[in-house]
Order: sequence, then C-alpha cells, then structure tokens
Amino acid sequence: MSGVGEGQDPVAAFRVEAADLLDGTEQALLDLTHDLGSRELIDTVFRGMHTLKGSGAMFGFDALAAFTHHCETAFDRVRKGLAPATQELVAVTLSAMDHMRALVEVQGQASGAGLAAAGIAAAGEAILAQLHAAIGDTAAPPPATTRDAATGNSDGGDAGEAQGGWRIAFRLPADAMANGTNPLILLDELRDLGEAEVVAQTGAIPPLDVLEAQECHLGWEVTLRGPATREAIEDVFIFVMDDMDLRLEPLTAAAPLAPPLPAAAQTPAETPAQTPADRPAQTPAQTLAETGPARAARATGESVRVPAERLDVLMDRVGELVIVQSRLAQLASGGINGPAGELALRSISEEVERLASELRDTTMVLRMVPIATLFGRFRRLVHDLARETGKVIELVTDGESTEIDKTVSERLADPIVHLIRNSCDHGLEPPEERVAAGKPAGGRLRLAAEQAGGEVLITIADDGRGIDRERVRAKAEANGLIQPGQVLADGELLQLIFQPGFSTAAQVTNLSGRGVGMDVVKRTIEALRGTIDVTSQPGRGSVMTLRIPLTLAIIEGLLVRVGEGKYVIPLAAVEECIELSLEDDIRSRGRSMIQLREQLVPFLRLRELFDTGTRPDAFQKIVVIATGGERVGLVVDQIIGSHQTVIKSMSCLHRGIPSFSGATILGDGGVALILDVVQLVALGQQQEERLRAAG
Amino acid sequence: MSERSTTEWDASGQLEVLTFDIGDERLAIEAVSIREILDLLPETRVPGAAALVASVVNFRGKIIPIADLRVAFGMPIQEATADNRIVVIETELDGEATQIGLRTDKVHEVTILERARSSEPPVLGMRWRRQYVRELVRLAEDVVVIPDLANIFGAVPGAASTLQH
Repeated sequence: MSGVGEGQDPVAAFRVEAADLLDGTEQALLDLTHDLGSRELIDTVFRGMHTLKGSGAMFGFDALAAFTHHCETAFDRVRKGLAPATQELVAVTLSAMDHMRALVEVQGQASGAGLAAAGIAAAGEAILAQLHAAIGDTAAPPPATTRDAATGNSDGGDAGEAQGGWRIAFRLPADAMANGTNPLILLDELRDLGEAEVVAQTGAIPPLDVLEAQECHLGWEVTLRGPATREAIEDVFIFVMDDMDLRLEPLTAAAPLAPPLPAAAQTPAETPAQTPADRPAQTPAQTLAETGPARAARATGESVRVPAERLDVLMDRVGELVIVQSRLAQLASGGINGPAGELALRSISEEVERLASELRDTTMVLRMVPIATLFGRFRRLVHDLARETGKVIELVTDGESTEIDKTVSERLADPIVHLIRNSCDHGLEPPEERVAAGKPAGGRLRLAAEQAGGEVLITIADDGRGIDRERVRAKAEANGLIQPGQVLADGELLQLIFQPGFSTAAQVTNLSGRGVGMDVVKRTIEALRGTIDVTSQPGRGSVMTLRIPLTLAIIEGLLVRVGEGKYVIPLAAVEECIELSLEDDIRSRGRSMIQLREQLVPFLRLRELFDTGTRPDAFQKIVVIATGGERVGLVVDQIIGSHQTVIKSMSCLHRGIPSFSGATILGDGGVALILDVVQLVALGQQQEERLRAAG
Repeated sequence: MSERSTTEWDASGQLEVLTFDIGDERLAIEAVSIREILDLLPETRVPGAAALVASVVNFRGKIIPIADLRVAFGMPIQEATADNRIVVIETELDGEATQIGLRTDKVHEVTILERARSSEPPVLGMRWRRQYVRELVRLAEDVVVIPDLANIFGAVPGAASTLQH
C-alpha cells in the first residue's frame, strides 16, 4: 500500500481525486434518476460525498468540506429512510456537484480570492436552500448524522451538544489496520477533546490458535467528559466511519451502555504493531484505500492509463527485436556468403518487417481509450437538457468498449455535445406532441459506437420529428445557399445544414446556439480526417453518423502514380478500382462520367487536375472513392499497391492547398502526398452539378 | 505588404551570416537561422502550390518545402549544377517555427558583416521588390543582399491556391 508519491503536491493530488470522486458520484446520481429506490446507489452517493468532505477538510478545502457536509447530511437522511429520494433532490444535488467543482477550482487559484469567493458562496447558499427544501426540512437542521438507529432519539435539533460529555463505544472493522488505520491515534484524538477514560473491550478476541494477528479484534468504550460536540467526535472517525460500529450517547442521559466490562489496561498492549504513521502521512494512503486500487495509478494532465498487459506485449516485441538485431549483427560480421547467407538475410528482413508492424500496432494501442469515458460525460448533458426543455429523454448507449485514440476522443467531445443538443432541442418533440403523433411520450436518444475496419462509427440517433426538408429548403433559399426552386437530391438537401450560418431553429434557445455549430461540427470532424453523414425520416427521427479514423498517425493507404508523382489515397475511402478503357476515355471526354452498375459516377482526371504535363498511360485506372454516400472516380496512371502510411503534416506554406491532407515518406525516402478524399469528392460533385446544369 | 523586418546587429555592429549565390546575386542569411546545408534531394512537386514553394523534400523524416528565391526575385530558372545546394533555414511563419529549404546555386562561406558598411535598399534602381530586401551590405568587392524572408514567405498565398478548380 503506497501513498501519494513524495514529490507530488498533495493539493494537486487531491484535486485530481476530487474530480474523480465527483465524476463517480455524478454517474451514481444519474443512475439514481432511473431508479430512485436503489439503496446501493444512494449509498454510493453518500460515500462519495463523505470521502470528499473528509479529504477536502484534510487538504484545507474548508469551504468545500462545509458545503459537501450538507449534501452528505441530506443523503444520510435518505439512506436512513428519513427522507425520500426524489427527482428534485437529485437535480439539486447535481447542481451542488457543479458548485463543488467550482469550490475545488477556487481554492486552487488563490486562497481567499475575495469577490469570486463571495459570489460562489452566495450561489452555494442558494443551492443549499433548495437542497433543504428538497429533503423537506426547511429548518436547515444542524448535521443530524446519527450513526446508529439505536440512538435515533438524538436526531433532533439539540443533538449537537451534550454538556456533560459523551459515552463513546466503537469497534473497528477487522481489516482496519491493514487499511492504515491506527486505533491508538483515534484514541489520542478523543483524548484531545476532553478528559477521556478508555476501556478496551476484549470480549471478541478469538482463542489464540485462530487469532489473526493482523486483524483488529478489540472494541473500545470511552467516557469523554467536557463540552465536545457530536460533530467533533464524529470527525475523529471520519475516515473509518463507513465500516465501523460507533455508538454515541450523551452522558447526561445517564443511561448505562452495555454493561461495562472489567477495567483492563487503558490501551491494550496486545495491539498488533502498527506502522508508526503519523496523521498527515496516513491520510493520503487512507483516501487511496477508500477510492479503490484503480486510483493508485492515477495520473494527472496529459497522461494515459495503460493496462499493464499491454505494456507486457510491447516488452515482448522489443525483446524479439533485440534477438533479431543480434542475428543481423552476426550475419553482418560473418559476411553474406552465397545463397545461404542471402536466405538468412531475407528471413531476418521478414522478421523485422513483422516486428515493426506488430510494434506499430501495440504502440498505437497504448494510446487507445474506451469510448465509454467520452460517453459518460453526455449522460449529465442529456439529463440537464431534458430538464431544461421539459422533455422526457432516455439516453441509450451502445458499444462503449469501442476504443479510440485518446486525442481523437478529446477532440470529439465538443462536436458530439453539439449534435446531442441539436437532437434534444430540434429533433425530439415535447411529450404532448409525441403522444399526438402516436409515439411514446419519452424521446429516445441513442449513442452508439462500433469499429469498422480502420474507422470508428459513432451514431447519434433520435426518434424525434426528423429534419423538416421544407424548412431547410426555405432557409437555404433565404440565405442564398441555393437558388429558389433548385433541384437537389435528398442527401444534398440535408447536407445544407452543415453550411456556415445555417440554422433551422424557429426559435433560438439557449441550448442549440444561434446557427453557429453544425458547420463547426463538420469542420472539426473533417480536421480529424473523419466524415459526418446525416439521414432523416420525417416523423421517425434523424441519424448522424460520424466516421472517425482510429488514430491520427497512421492509415492504410493505396499508393498510386499520376504522371511522375506518387500519391496516397486513404484505403478506407476506396470502394473499388476499375480500368478506364481507351474507348471509355475517349467517349467520356468532356463529360467525365462512367457507368458503374446502373449508376453514373463522375470522375476526375488527376493528371489534368495536377497539371502533370505528361501523356496518359495506355491503361489508366479509376479508383472509386466515397464519403457519405457520394462517389467519385479518380483517374490515375498506375495503381502501385497498398501502403502503410505514416501521416506527416505539411508546413504552413502548403497547408492551404485543397486536394491534399498531408504527406508521407515512401520506402525509398521520397515523399508522396496524401489525397484529401472529402475535398476531392466535393470537387467531383461540383463538376457533376456544373455538367448537369449545362444540360 | 508588411513593414520590412529589422536586422539584428549585435552590440558591436556585426552580424554573422552565411553567403550564397542565387543567379548572379550574392545573398546573406543570419548564421543563427541556418540549420543545415544539403546536396540536392529528390523533390516532390506539390500540385497547386505557389511557384515559390513548388515542391517538398524529406528532410530527416520531416516534410519541408523547398523554396526557389529566383521566383521571388523574378530571375530566370536555371538547370541544376554540381554546385547547387539546399540551405535549410528555420524561420517563424504565422507564429510557427518552420523549416524551409532554400535552393541555392553556390554556397560560399560563413562571414561577418559590418553594420557600418550596410545601407537601406534604394527606392529606385533595384530590379526587385523593395519589401523583399532588408539591407544591402558591402563585403570586399561585392554587395550582398540580406533578403527579407518573412516578407517573401508571408506573400505566399496560404489558403488561396492556384489549383484550377
């Protein structure tokens, strides 16, 4: 069991932990909205608050601890059945979570930052007022954190203090010491509160032959005299409270507890040896224990958590590489003699090739994170949207274990937030309207991910009213995006929503912006070398499909030659390769369309587009590429083959050129440019439109 | 066109530069911005790129543009000779440190220029755009030109392209 590393700033460590705790608690709260009766979830929320309060106070986040205390109290009441769990309570607690996040932040910037702190404090008061209203105790009672139903009568407003003192009986869980709790320290702290008389209860100690030396078998009974508050006593046990058995009775009640045992030594000598941990050192370890072993590997900022077995695989490959390297060195020093030597060299070359490709794959996998981390954020969003719009929205997620590059995942968050907002705001109807349309009152939003080859498909589907084509058309005409009465295919019409400055929201709400958005979404997705497609059925809903490459760094490409230049076409976009016969070439001149299985597909002659100044090869090929259901053929001189393409960016002097999305280095050290599929398809479609317009 | 860049003379009014020929002109670039001098590399033409930076090369695993300053100075393009070298410089473009290979006809030496022997480019009598020249400095019998690379590369159309769409 190791604590937080020596050099690490404990406050920073707490902040990371607090973020994790808040996230986990928030997920439990969101689950709770679907299952208000779940004891387990209520307990999870309570424990989250409890830990947050405890470690917050420990690291000097007093405002956070004080605020969290009230939420903890509220959930403690729910836990004990004194107050029901309601949607209102969950909602107000969710806003309390946001407030806690703010408190964690503020504390970090400058202790006692005047104005901001005051504003936050006021916001906190408002939330607390709502919280008390939600659990139905308008009197805002002092913390009624009774630990045991046996002392239920002390739950009133006067329970905070007992002038004469307290009789405290507590028993720690058997594994308390293994978890780093030192009972001696707890007792010392109690002594600090006043004059204390400590009696150990040895009744539970098992016979010697079954005694587990590492476990805690003792209970203690402490008579504490003085004006200590219940809260102060409970604070002593704050880190062990969840699992321990604690009874508190005011001495004035004069009700004897369990028959006092014969006095024993004040603190038993047989307490197993403890690590001499003093309190500050103990706490980080303690909090780590409370939040689970996964937290031990917690990382901050830009780090990635990697499962250990993936590192093992990587290590294996490196080991093999070292072996191959020594074989190669041996061969080189011995000289490559005759066919046998060449054969050996070839076998080493093949081995290196295999290892390089495996190393590439395993290294890439290190950067992969499950998309569940991304999807998790959207649950809260949908919950809030449902409340704001007064709609009933059920979020269904699917394929959360699909893995995606960490950078890609981070950059996808904003576009998906936008798409979800759009679906909730424009797509899904209010309950009355849904019922009138013969649909269930609750709308359904489906968020799914799946891997398809080198891409991840993310779909955001709603069962709302669908995109209103007439409104899209009217809007596009009003904005001058299309000519009035212009004939458009359905797909083209829907693509208009991605045009800059386009918005169909009849009324602008605070949810889905002001017509900025969909074009930004499209741009962001395209910057990730992904595509976005939309389909929509009136009355049935809309589906947004994002196709995102698994990683930004390496793609499978098709290497082609045009004139003297070599180019890479991302293989994911390639549908098929066909030959452009001489007759077709001549016949199609000026039209640039080919018949492909009953469909006319426009094509671009890359030789002309790139102005190579060379004569066409005798047997030109057409590479048919597609994005979003649109197809375009690219005429090339030669198809060289598939190519593992490591994508390199181009300098800012070349970045503005359409047609290319980057460059790569070929086996011979030369450079091949990577074609930008989206741009080329758009270009082909424009050409087709021009031809169609020309008749 | 933006203001001409200023030259960073040191306290004693000197500047360490690399001198090289482009056409029949001798140019000088601050030695601190020189990264490497290479023999000619196989270049890859970038269709649609500006004529000044029409191609790219693989420079130690990075794709860098190759610039032919003759285009900027309106000189005729010549055939490659055995003396040709690529001078890789690093300069800031759009706030981003960018490596660019300059195609030169002949690289001379690293030498010291004196501020006392320098002058602003004349308003008249130059065959080049004044903004492309920072300073003219006399060195022995010659006059060397310190080109204003920021202005030269800043003039490359970034988003606009000459590709026929």
